[in-house]
Amino acid sequence: MFSKKWNVLLLTMCLALFAAGCGKSDSGTGGSASKEGTSASEKVTIKFMHLWPEGVSAGQNKIVNQIINDYQKEHENVTIKQEVLDNEQYKNKLKVLSASNELPDVGVTWAAGFLKPYVEGNLFAPIDDLLGGELKDKFVAGTTEAYAVDDKTYALPLEFNIAPIYYNKAIFKKYNLEVPQTYEQFKGILKTLSDNGVAPIALGNKDRWTGSLWYMYLADRIAGQKTLADAIGGSGSFKDAGLVQAAKEVQSLVDSNAFVKGFNGLSNEEGKAEFLNEKAAMYLMGTWELPNYTTNEEIPKEFRDNVGFFKFPTVEGGKGDINSWVGGPGVGLFVSQNSEVKEEAKAFVQYFVTKWGEQSVTGAGVIPATKVDTSALDLPPLYIDLFNEMNKASSITLFADVQMPANAAETHLNMIQALFGKAVSPEKFSEEHDKAIAKGN
Amino acid sequence: MDKVMSNKKIIALYVLPALLLIMAIVYIPIVLTAYYGLNQWNGIGRMKFIGLDNYAALLTDGTFWKSAWHSLLLAVFSCASLIIYLAVAMVLATRIKGANLFRKIYLIPMLLSSVAIAQLWLRIYHPTNGIVNSVLESIGVANPPAWLSEPKLVLFALFIPILWQYAGFYILIYYAALKNIPASLEEAAKIDGASALQIAWKIKLPLAMEVIKVTVVLAVVGSLKYFDLIYVMTDGGPNGSSEVMASYMYHTAFRAYDFGYGSATGFFLLVICLIVTWVIRKITAAKETIQYS
Repeated sequence: MFSKKWNVLLLTMCLALFAAGCGKSDSGTGGSASKEGTSASEKVTIKFMHLWPEGVSAGQNKIVNQIINDYQKEHENVTIKQEVLDNEQYKNKLKVLSASNELPDVGVTWAAGFLKPYVEGNLFAPIDDLLGGELKDKFVAGTTEAYAVDDKTYALPLEFNIAPIYYNKAIFKKYNLEVPQTYEQFKGILKTLSDNGVAPIALGNKDRWTGSLWYMYLADRIAGQKTLADAIGGSGSFKDAGLVQAAKEVQSLVDSNAFVKGFNGLSNEEGKAEFLNEKAAMYLMGTWELPNYTTNEEIPKEFRDNVGFFKFPTVEGGKGDINSWVGGPGVGLFVSQNSEVKEEAKAFVQYFVTKWGEQSVTGAGVIPATKVDTSALDLPPLYIDLFNEMNKASSITLFADVQMPANAAETHLNMIQALFGKAVSPEKFSEEHDKAIAKGN
Repeated sequence: MDKVMSNKKIIALYVLPALLLIMAIVYIPIVLTAYYGLNQWNGIGRMKFIGLDNYAALLTDGTFWKSAWHSLLLAVFSCASLIIYLAVAMVLATRIKGANLFRKIYLIPMLLSSVAIAQLWLRIYHPTNGIVNSVLESIGVANPPAWLSEPKLVLFALFIPILWQYAGFYILIYYAALKNIPASLEEAAKIDGASALQIAWKIKLPLAMEVIKVTVVLAVVGSLKYFDLIYVMTDGGPNGSSEVMASYMYHTAFRAYDFGYGSATGFFLLVICLIVTWVIRKITAAKETIQYS
C-alpha cells in the first residue's frame, strides 16, 4: 500500500518536471507562430538577430534600437525581438539554428561564399521584389550583386567598405616621410621607420583575413585586378607569375620587419592596439574602422586628428592602377524562407535598410550601401575623402575569404598565415589555392 | 525506506529520469555524430551518404595526426605535472603553517573562467608589452621570442597556462585523499622510526594509489579533448602549430563548413579517448589492493 502511494506521487512529479521542461522549449518557437494573425492589425512578432552589441559597436547598436523603436511606433501591431551576439558567436549560432531550421525571421549575413550554402539549403527567401519596389536604384552599383545566387538576390546590403592604409601623420612628420605613390617609395618608408625602431605596420594575423588584405593588394597591383578575380573565381590560376610574385613580395615584407613583432600570434584587435598606441605607423583596414579615427570619443582626439589615409601604392611594371580597391559590401539583411511572418519581415527589412542609410553616416560614421548625399551633411574630412575615393574607384575586388566558398576560404586563410609565417613557399601557396578552388566547396 | 528501495519498480523509477536525460544529452548525440560522419554535409543543406569516406580520409589526414600528436604531448605533460601536484599536496597535508592559505591560493585559478585565464595569459605573453618579455629584456635578453607566434614555441607556451589552470583541482583531490589516510598509521610508522620520505613512499603513496589512477585517467582524457584556452589564445595557429584534435574538429565543422568530416573527427576523438582510458585502466589495474588497517 505504502509503495503504491509513493509510486503515484513520484510518477506525477516526474511527469510534471518533464512537462515543464518541454513547455519551455516550445514557447520559443510556438509562441511567435501562434501570435500571427490573418489580418494586419493582429499582433506580430519579428525575431531579429544581429551582431552589434552595445559594448563593441556602440554607434551601430544605438541606430538599430532607434530604427526598431521608430518602426514599432509606426506599426503598433509589430513587436521586434532582438537577439544580439558578437561576430564569431553570431556566425556559429546562425549555423546551429539553420541546422535545426529555426533561423530568426530577419538576420544579418555576409555576401557571396558565406551566403551560398544557406541559399542552396533553401533557408533564405529571395527578396527581389523589394529591389524592384521602393528601394529601386537606392543602392550603390555593384553592391546587391554580391548577395545574388543564380540571378536572385537573397539579402540587402547595409554597409559598403574599401580598405585604405591608415597612417599616423605625426610619426610620418617626425621622420620626414611623404605619402608614397609607388611601392619603391613605400619600401623606403618601411626602411626608415624600422631603422628608427618604429614598427612600420600594425597587423594582427591570428585572424588571418587581415593578412589576406595585404596579399590581395599586392596581387592586384602586380598581376592586375582581372587576373586576381579570375584566379579566385576558378577560371584563372594562382600560378600566374604575377600572383606568385605577390606572394614572394609578402615574404620579403616580412623579412624586412615591416610588421609588428609577433603579428602571427596577435588578433586584429591586438594588432590595431599597436596603431592606436602610436607604436606602429600604418594600418591597412576597412572603412568600418573610420569611426575610431573620426567621431569615437573613447579615442583621444589628438590621435584621431593625426590619422590620415593613402591608397595602396602602385608597383612598378605591375598591371594594377592606384584607384583599384579591395573591399566590398559588408553585412546585409536576409529574410528567413521558413519565417511565418515573411511579408512583415520583408517590410521591416526595407524600412531598416532605408533608415540605416540615413542614420549610419552621421550616427556610426560608416559608409552605407545605399546612396547618400554627403554634401548636405556635416561630416569629418577623413570620411568625405574616403567616400569620394570610393566613387572614383576603377574596380573593387571583394575580400577573397568572403568571395570563396567556405572550404576554399579556409584554405586561403590558413595559407595566408603560413605564407606570412614563412611556413610555405610562394609556389606551394599558389598550388594549394588552385587545388582548394578546384574542389569547389 | 528499505522496503521502498527493494522494490524493483521503484528502483527503475528513480533511475529513469537521469537515464533518459543522459540518453538524450550524451548517448543519442554520440550515435548521431557517428552517423553524420558517414555523410557529406555542410551543416545546412541536404546530407549525402558517402559511407566510410570521411573516416578513411581522416586516417590519412596529416593535419589531423599532427593535431593528435599535439594532444598526446599535452597528455604526457599533464601526467608529468601530476607528480608535482602530488608532492605539493603531500606537503600541504602535513600540518605545516599556512597550509590552508596555500590550498586556497592553488585553487583560485580553477575558479576563473577559461576565457579570463586566456586573456590574462595573452597579456603575459604579449610580444612587446607582456610581462615575460619585459622581464627578459630587463635582464638583458636582446630579442626575446614572440611566444605565441613562434611555431616551435607556441605549443609549450600554451601548456603552461593549461597546466596552471588545473593545478588546484588535482592538488585538492590529492589533498583530500591524503587527509583520508588514518593518522594512526603515520604515527605507528613514526614510532617505528620511519623517515618522512619513507612515510610518503611506503604509506601515503600506496594508500592514495586508487585516487592517483583516477587522476591519471582524468588528466589524459581531459588533455585529449582539450579545447578552450587554445581556441581563445591562438586559435590553433600559427599555421596549425598549436592545433589539437578538438580545435581541428571545430575548424572543419564551423569554419570550413564540413560537418560530415567534423563529426567524423569528433567521433574518432571519442574512440581514441575510450581506447586510451581502457589501456590506462589495464596497465594500472591493481594486482592486489593494499590495506593497512
